[in-house]
Amino acid sequence: MSDQEQGLFGVAGTGDTSGFGGLVRQSPSTFELVSTAAPLGGYFDEVVGALRELLGEDVARAVIVDRGELTIHIAPDRVAEVCKTMRDDEGLRFELCSSVSGVDYPDQRNRLHVVYHLTSMTYRRNVRLETAVGLDHPVVQSVTAVYPTADWQEREAYDMFGVVFEGHPHLTRILMPDDWEGHPQRKDYPLGGIAVEYKGAHIPPPDERRSYK
Amino acid sequence: MTTTDSASFTAPQADADGTDAYAAERDTTEGRVYTVTGGDWDELVASVDPVSEERLIVNLGPQHPSTHGVLRLVCELEGETVRSVRPIVGYLHTGIEKNLEYRNWTQGTTFVTRADYLAPIFNETAYCLAVEKLLGVTVPKRADVIRVIMMELNRISSHLVALATTGMELGALSMMIYGFRDREKILDIFEAVCGLRMNMAYVRPGGVAQDLPADGVKMIREFVDYMPKGLDDYEGLLTGNVIWQERTQGVGYLDVSGCLALGVTGPVLRSAGLAWDLRKTQPYCGYEEYDFEVPTHNGADAWARYVVRLDEIRESLKIISQGLDKLEPGPVMVEDKKIAWPAQLALGGDGMGNSLNHIRHIMSQSMEALIHHFKLVTEGFRVPAGQVYTAIEAPRGELGIHAVSDGGTRPFRVHMREPSFINLQSIPALAEGGLLADVIAGGASLDPVMGGCDR
Repeated sequence: MSDQEQGLFGVAGTGDTSGFGGLVRQSPSTFELVSTAAPLGGYFDEVVGALRELLGEDVARAVIVDRGELTIHIAPDRVAEVCKTMRDDEGLRFELCSSVSGVDYPDQRNRLHVVYHLTSMTYRRNVRLETAVGLDHPVVQSVTAVYPTADWQEREAYDMFGVVFEGHPHLTRILMPDDWEGHPQRKDYPLGGIAVEYKGAHIPPPDERRSYK
Repeated sequence: MTTTDSASFTAPQADADGTDAYAAERDTTEGRVYTVTGGDWDELVASVDPVSEERLIVNLGPQHPSTHGVLRLVCELEGETVRSVRPIVGYLHTGIEKNLEYRNWTQGTTFVTRADYLAPIFNETAYCLAVEKLLGVTVPKRADVIRVIMMELNRISSHLVALATTGMELGALSMMIYGFRDREKILDIFEAVCGLRMNMAYVRPGGVAQDLPADGVKMIREFVDYMPKGLDDYEGLLTGNVIWQERTQGVGYLDVSGCLALGVTGPVLRSAGLAWDLRKTQPYCGYEEYDFEVPTHNGADAWARYVVRLDEIRESLKIISQGLDKLEPGPVMVEDKKIAWPAQLALGGDGMGNSLNHIRHIMSQSMEALIHHFKLVTEGFRVPAGQVYTAIEAPRGELGIHAVSDGGTRPFRVHMREPSFINLQSIPALAEGGLLADVIAGGASLDPVMGGCDR
């Protein structure tokens, strides 16, 4: 994954007749977190403002609005505190933790991200909380005490990415067998598979096939 | 079966090598140890109440007809009463999320459709909505309407299976036969529309794979006319049935606060009285233009979920007929040739395939069409970097897709927030303290699909 790539089909120089050769894009895994400038629009200012007022200005490391969705980056040791405030404050009221998922960005120092999607049924709002930890100390606070629904989802994130949730009542593997080694959804974990012959052609396993930038 | 009562007699005799022939004392982690040193045996036996003292560990599953697939429930029983239930999942884990990262964005639909195999159209639609949000494209009106019609047909077929399997598990075998019979009619429609009965990969990023066939609208209308009578039959069969009432009423109780804490959504949440339906609260695919109700109940038990599902089928039928009226001629895929899959399907002599006219066009008439075909099929299109979360109301609750793109032709990460996975967490809450038979009724009322749960 390079920092900068050009063109729709990744063609360098001439040869791209599509007219998309002028596009320049950046990979998300390498650029630094840059907060969106206020005002964020919609209810986003209100949510971020309330959170900062209750937990201090430094609670949000970065606030990003992209494609109409609000992402608040927080520290891994403040997750439980932030979630409790998000759930209990009258102006926030995020009653439902819709989803907890892990993402692995292998190029980053803090490569393991945990992403929480909270839903406020009262105000019909959505917020994404994101936190990142490194492999040397992959510890994130558990939110099971605030949102019991996070129980299995944190176990899945542990199973698949190796993120350790501090305070989880029984952090064990859930989808993979108990004695499995490794965390399958990390980017450096191979997909596996075998090559097949089809009509005389040799077809390599999916993770060895040609890939396009 | 393990019993925890054990008697150890205090008559140890040392062997020549110094080890006891009988274990005089032993470490035990549970249960009582009786040390019998004389006295009346009958008195000792009478002091032990076998029902309250004996705990049975019963493994339901993973291979069990009543667990909706490969779900394992470790139940600790005291007599007939369930003291604890521990659901164990993962037996059907197929690595769909990981596999997506090695295929292009369009191929992703063929994978996600296999997660919750009773609601394939929902998986595809949620995934495609996420990809479209990342791309920043809006699909044509006709594609939206077709998606809604297909989703609601799929909702009906899924709820029919829920009724059928619940009926089977509670002894109402005729319900199983009727439920599957009517689901078959929907699968016939799916087959006519996209060539496959399940796992269709019909919804694609940018629209749907192909337009409805010539007789598609007629088939769907016939089904919409037929189905209400079937629903009346089910109600005649089950609603007034005393056995059905006794097996479901007051069973598997889970109230609103329990649902919210455990993240349970869908018919189970609505059966507890909260009218939370993403089609109404956060509309997508143009659901705000349809006139329908969100059925609720305040029973919060298996019975309420049965009633809510029946009512939802009726509402889905309303949506389908409104959708059929909204169908207007037009494209079913975005115009952008950088995204739209270049195939034009047509029915040939050997079944569905690429239309010969289209192949003639790309092979001999248009170099641009050939380039696009080649590039899109071998590489796929690029999706601008970023992450989105889209949620839709699947038959079992909120189905969310968290999609991350690094700007390439393949998904960087796709996470499915599967309602079956989340809802199954609530089995201990709704089954502990009840009877063993009610574990089955309560579990069935959650309607879990393990393909979705384990992904």
